[in-house]
Amino acid sequence: MLIYLLRRLGFLGLTVVVTSLLVFLIAQVLPGDVCRVILGREAGEARIAECRADLHLDDPAPVRYLRWLADFARGDWGESYATGFEIRPLVLDRLRMSLMLAGLTFVVAVPLAVALGMLAAVNRGKWLDTVISLGSLAVVGLPEFVTGILLIELVAFRVPWLPASSSLPVGAPFRAALPALVLPALTATLVLLAYIARLTRAGVVEELKQNYVRTAELKGLPRLTVLVKHVLRNALLPTITVVAISAGWLVSGLVVIENVFNYPGLGRLLVFAIDRRDLPALQAIVMLTVVAFALANLAADLLYAALNPRIRVG
Amino acid sequence: MLRPYWRIVIQAQLTENSIIPTAGQRFLRFARRLFADFPTALGTSIMLLFVLAAVFGPLLAPYGFNQSIYEHPRQPPDSSHWFGTDHLARDVFSRVLVGARSVLLLAGGGTLVAVALGTLVGLASGYAGGWLDELLMRLFDSLLALPALLLALLLLGTLRAAYGESVSAVSKGLGVFLVLAVVYTPIVARVVRSVVLAVKTRSYVEAARLQGESLGWILFREILPAALPALAVEAALRFSYAIFLTSSLGYLGVGVQPPNPDWGLMVNEGRRNVSQVPWAMWFPAAAISLVVVGANLMADGLKRALREE
Repeated sequence: MLIYLLRRLGFLGLTVVVTSLLVFLIAQVLPGDVCRVILGREAGEARIAECRADLHLDDPAPVRYLRWLADFARGDWGESYATGFEIRPLVLDRLRMSLMLAGLTFVVAVPLAVALGMLAAVNRGKWLDTVISLGSLAVVGLPEFVTGILLIELVAFRVPWLPASSSLPVGAPFRAALPALVLPALTATLVLLAYIARLTRAGVVEELKQNYVRTAELKGLPRLTVLVKHVLRNALLPTITVVAISAGWLVSGLVVIENVFNYPGLGRLLVFAIDRRDLPALQAIVMLTVVAFALANLAADLLYAALNPRIRVG
Repeated sequence: MLRPYWRIVIQAQLTENSIIPTAGQRFLRFARRLFADFPTALGTSIMLLFVLAAVFGPLLAPYGFNQSIYEHPRQPPDSSHWFGTDHLARDVFSRVLVGARSVLLLAGGGTLVAVALGTLVGLASGYAGGWLDELLMRLFDSLLALPALLLALLLLGTLRAAYGESVSAVSKGLGVFLVLAVVYTPIVARVVRSVVLAVKTRSYVEAARLQGESLGWILFREILPAALPALAVEAALRFSYAIFLTSSLGYLGVGVQPPNPDWGLMVNEGRRNVSQVPWAMWFPAAAISLVVVGANLMADGLKRALREE
């Protein structure tokens, strides 16, 4: 188990390093002078040179990369080009908001999707299965912004306590934010739901064919016990991997959803940063998201290993 | 087991006659598969309609995509403007029709480049093996660890920081094209590589090698055909994701820039004026959904056909 953990940690480190290289290289390869962007078109050569010296832009690239990485790791993420503020507190506040939304989505979506997937598998070929399958197919096809807009138009304008726009103050506590969180979380849930439910259904259908299920049923165990104690445990293994993959899906989805609902999360800040050509903020947000995402994957891997004794041997 | 010479000759003759289908027969079989059952046929029909719109759209469009019809501003859908007119009095139907071409060129072109590059890399990596394979695969693993939209936003954001909107090629979607190629190449390469690994030790590949065939012949004429079915499924799947991604980027306002009739961008613009011209938002949104569902159904059908084989 320890070796396994170490190997996964190694892979996580590699992922983060490659990403950071990528983030750094993309910004370096492209032409354009950072100081020109900060100071504007009219700045004189002397001030540009001064700014370049300030930011150590004339050092060799590997030195700059290592310095940037070390700064990032120490928590010094620089100042925003657009506003001149420190990036870190801003980004961390937004991260909290995004995590709130993501957490709520996961807590609702995963159990619901597993339940729906099982329901569809148990009723395979009957109308309930058809309804769930067709429904999930339709939802998978809709981009998040279409689902979000549909919900705003159809629900928010009819239900008085659900706001159509979720623009909150950034530090809002969870209880106060909850009404504004419902629709964005619902949008994200719909997308995840379809995806996870489809794969859970496939897993459960496979398991139901196994001999041990017949044995358990012939022993006279109640159907629910067979399903929950025997089938679900085995069918959940692939589902955990799926949930880990869908974490990536959720990251992408949340960027869009936050923008549809004007929710002040990391995704909204990301698009802001692109609009204002704020490269340091952009880099910090991408790095942070990748680290968070890699940690989520690691957690899924460990859970998988804990539930599946076969994997510990390797 | 020793094979007598005459059996080899007979087998060769059999192959000559009928066992290996001609290119025409293979195409027919493939086409039949695209209409094999109702969902797949529906998906294929939607895609055909979409391609037709992309090819002939600009000819069929009753108005120019950027032409303001000042006499009919904010018109609800009626017989002269089927999808109504938007906040700038442009005909929404014409914009959706013309926009089909931009979606097909961006998403389809990006997918094509990714499929071509991915196939080359996958073939090379799988066939060469060793450290090259190891290096490429670890690199791809880390690239795939990035959520696709995030990678896209990183690339586009940096491109924009460097060039601004001054370069018209970037604002017309070159960036999106580039992003799709970068994001999907590793995925395609992995699929091709897995097939290469499965077949490269087969006897027919061995035979080709012993015969002294060139490397190109072995890779493209012996190994690649085995990967084609999986590649077709993957391409269809990537295409549906590409439309999804392109329209999401358009909606976020970081992809194709106005006044281009990109569907995602139209939804974004329509949403800002949703109280006055809701139809300017709903029709492009419906078009996106229809095409994504169509591509999904088609990919699903192909996947099923592949599994049955």
